[in-house]
Amino acid sequence: MTEIRFTIDGREGRATAGQTIVEAAKANGVYIPVLCHYEGLKPVGSCRVCTVRVGGKYMAACTQPIAEGMAVENTAPDLEDMRRALIEMLFVEGNHMCPTCEKSGNCELQALAYRYRIMAPRFPYLFPVRELDASSPKIMLERNRCIQCLRCVRAIRAKDGRGVFAARDRTGRVTIDADRNLAARLTDEEARRAMDVCPVGAILRKEVGFAVPIGRRKFDRKPIGSDVEEGPAR
Amino acid sequence: MSKPVIATASLAGCFGCHMSLLDIDDRILQLVELVALDKSPVDDIKRFTRPVDIGLIEGGCCNSENVHVLRSFRENCRTLVSVGECATMGGLPALRNGIPLKECLDEAYMNSPTVAPEDRLIPNDEELPIILDKVYPCHEIVKIDAFLPGCPPSADLIWEAVTALIQGRPLDLPYNLVKYD
Amino acid sequence: MEDFKDILARRKKDPGRLLDILADVQAREGRVPPAAVAEIARALKLSEAEVRGVVTFYHFFSLDSRGRAAVYLNDSVTSRMNGRAAVARAFEEEAGCRFGEVSADALIGLFPTSCIGMNDQEPSAIINGVVFTRLTAERARDIVRGLRAGASARDLVGTYGDGANQSDLVRAMVMNDIRRRGPVLFGPFEPGSAVRAAVSLKPEQVVEEVRRSNLLGRGGAGFPTGLKWDLCRKEKADRHYVVCNADEGEPGTFKDRVILTELPRLLFEGMAVAGYAVGAREGVLYLRAEYSYLKARLESVLDAMRREGLLGKNVAGSPDFDFDIIIKSGAGAYVCGEESALLESAEGKRGEPRDRPPFPVQVGYQGQPTTVNNVETLATAAQVLAHGAAWFTSMGTPKSAGTKLLSVSGDCAAPGVYEVEFGLTVRDLLDMVGGGDAQAVQVGGPSGTCLSPAGFDRKVCFSDLATGGSVIVFGPGRDIFEAVASFMEFFVEESCGWCTPCRAGNVLLKRKFEKVVAGRGAARDLEELEAWGKLVKATSRCGLGQTSPNPILTTLQNFRGLYEAKVRTGADFIPDFDLGEALQEGCSAAGRQPECKESLHD
Repeated sequence: MTEIRFTIDGREGRATAGQTIVEAAKANGVYIPVLCHYEGLKPVGSCRVCTVRVGGKYMAACTQPIAEGMAVENTAPDLEDMRRALIEMLFVEGNHMCPTCEKSGNCELQALAYRYRIMAPRFPYLFPVRELDASSPKIMLERNRCIQCLRCVRAIRAKDGRGVFAARDRTGRVTIDADRNLAARLTDEEARRAMDVCPVGAILRKEVGFAVPIGRRKFDRKPIGSDVEEGPAR
Repeated sequence: MSKPVIATASLAGCFGCHMSLLDIDDRILQLVELVALDKSPVDDIKRFTRPVDIGLIEGGCCNSENVHVLRSFRENCRTLVSVGECATMGGLPALRNGIPLKECLDEAYMNSPTVAPEDRLIPNDEELPIILDKVYPCHEIVKIDAFLPGCPPSADLIWEAVTALIQGRPLDLPYNLVKYD
Repeated sequence: MEDFKDILARRKKDPGRLLDILADVQAREGRVPPAAVAEIARALKLSEAEVRGVVTFYHFFSLDSRGRAAVYLNDSVTSRMNGRAAVARAFEEEAGCRFGEVSADALIGLFPTSCIGMNDQEPSAIINGVVFTRLTAERARDIVRGLRAGASARDLVGTYGDGANQSDLVRAMVMNDIRRRGPVLFGPFEPGSAVRAAVSLKPEQVVEEVRRSNLLGRGGAGFPTGLKWDLCRKEKADRHYVVCNADEGEPGTFKDRVILTELPRLLFEGMAVAGYAVGAREGVLYLRAEYSYLKARLESVLDAMRREGLLGKNVAGSPDFDFDIIIKSGAGAYVCGEESALLESAEGKRGEPRDRPPFPVQVGYQGQPTTVNNVETLATAAQVLAHGAAWFTSMGTPKSAGTKLLSVSGDCAAPGVYEVEFGLTVRDLLDMVGGGDAQAVQVGGPSGTCLSPAGFDRKVCFSDLATGGSVIVFGPGRDIFEAVASFMEFFVEESCGWCTPCRAGNVLLKRKFEKVVAGRGAARDLEELEAWGKLVKATSRCGLGQTSPNPILTTLQNFRGLYEAKVRTGADFIPDFDLGEALQEGCSAAGRQPECKESLHD
């Protein structure tokens, strides 16, 4: 396995060929914020929150392979502000009512906003009209919260490879559909996986409510990314 | 040297943020030493009696009266703070945004199963404020200087923010206090 | 009962042919009904949600009925400049429905559509695949009445256009408007000469010749063609492909349409030359849906070339070079002009761009090394093989060899297609087209730049004003902000929706722009307009988002005075809020007017 040497914000790191910049950074204990990225799934570069700068060029760290001698800028103030802006865009694009959301406290979009101490977005709220889909027996699609990360499309496939979730339409109208037939055949395990893989509260299991008390939810105490920054690689 | 002056208002809010302010419990004794309260629902001062240093606004704008009050707060307060999700992003009342207003009013007053047929009427009286086409976060109507998110923001967050503003310190809020729910 | 077995059989149930299958269904049914979705999903082993996902991505497919006659009225900036509004009103009045709807008798559907490449003959429309140009309100009414009386769209075509537009297999109203024939595209060409020249060399030598010619991509990006073919050729794989990008979606671009109409042999020989160079046996012409009126003729040209031995087995007598071309159609999506999105679409999927690396020359059509080239690039390459690299580099500039086709439209005396040598200034071009009193020129379409007269001495070439060919002239009296608004609407409609900055950012940019133009802007709003534009450019995943802020950014740069005039000085913060407007719904629902009219305004 070829070893690759690179720097991230001036600090030296080692990676193996084939790793993306996000993976290489993580292996060296450096957190690059991600949102549509999910371990085990092919990265899709949808959210753009992982934008880094290399040699003056901007790129998504989740899809860009690490290369020998790369000098990655990750925490430059203007990069951090770009990420804040992208997270704010996601907030204003949907209808993110945290106070009534089942995923609050365990939500990766919210956690990123907390990490960046976003108090209010710089953009106007778009208040889109989006339809809920509660037609499946085991899951509900709360589209007001969907950030089009495509994790569900990538992760949840029927045994013959057909997609249980699929994107529909385009531009700001793009939305996620659950295939009626395939969604009806989801097992409890698959329904749980669908809810877990969704970073926000857009896919919810029916008949399962709030389970974890406030104060003990995933991101109540420590910011998202702490696991990478404090993890074994450090 | 006079004390800093604070005024508060609840627009299209549930008063939960004001209740959270009162959750500062016995710190209220410290507060009244530090500041003077002016126009606020928690006291009996109905009009601004002097220039205000910090205005705390709960609730977004859902009708013309909210806009009027918000604008007068902007005129009279040096620093204006949106307190809570409703003021910051519209909150629960904003769930109606995107639904045409006439549909909402028809649902409530014309088609509701609890309205007697002879009483079907969309209220129309000059004593009632006119409802806006949608619920607006405060910063889309006037300039807002600071935001305290939460539903409600915790008493600790409000305490931390208000004392920082009074003392002219920058708002440096710890991670566990910044919550949107 | 609906049955789609025949349609599926004709396309051999090939998932890669999904767009063709859907086009057949849409043409037959006026929509893609649930039964079709179910049958297609079963046959192609996709979920129904996935099939619907493809249907709903493309503008010309729909789950709901578009009417027996779907009228797509072109909504380009030039159409608006030439009286589109009156034509639209006439369509609505005569059809009895509004745009976005189907008439009550289910006969006529009225829909807008993004630039269809007829900017020199506006207002234009496509009705059931048939192109109508130079529409008037009167003509619109006649057409609707004709359709209602049972005529087909074909029957209602007026006089045919020029050149091959008159041929039996085309019979289109479309005019070529070729105003200036240059020495390359319109220069002498002996049919067969390009292919024969190519097969007389080794493939590496063909690549070398194209490299030496310094031919740069003519679609707008300007990537060196020789280098692209070399990279593709060198990538080891079972198969290689040549794909011709005939999507021509950049508003104001219609030069490829003219090549496809008048010079199809030149193009197809160029594809064969490319195939020989990279080791491909198959070429794909990806033809935008709006040009499907040319398809029958293109197929017949391919047949003729096969009979002449210029396509098929042993091309031009070469013992080991077989090459053929298939035509695949788009279905209405500007983003499919982006090469990786084009490949996705050609594979029967939603036209969403891919992440790069890997690039198409490494992993392209069906995962194989592919060279995707613009129509004009391939046609030019054919001439380079026919006449030689030295001939080609004797024209143009040192860095931009040869000629460029420009499609000029807007406020000028002679809109149409001009073949010019690189290095021409905008000023000289304006003289040529009769647009000397222009107040602004949009070069490169909405994703290019909006020039003020201060920029008219700039040159059309890759190191200065690179362009795919679109040039739109705005005369005195035009509202530049209306053009910007039209361009932003275009990008918002055409975004594929995959990435945050393009999908959400363009909407927010457009809103901010509208706020300023409505007179509700402070100085800081101009700063934010620029900052947000740069953010979208920097963080977008593909060329669409990387250029969509350009209408705003380039006019901020070149027409700043117009923006400054809109800004309310002295105010630090101006909300995008008008109390009077916000109260309208409430007042009309309650049946009264607000009490204090003075308090409506700040």
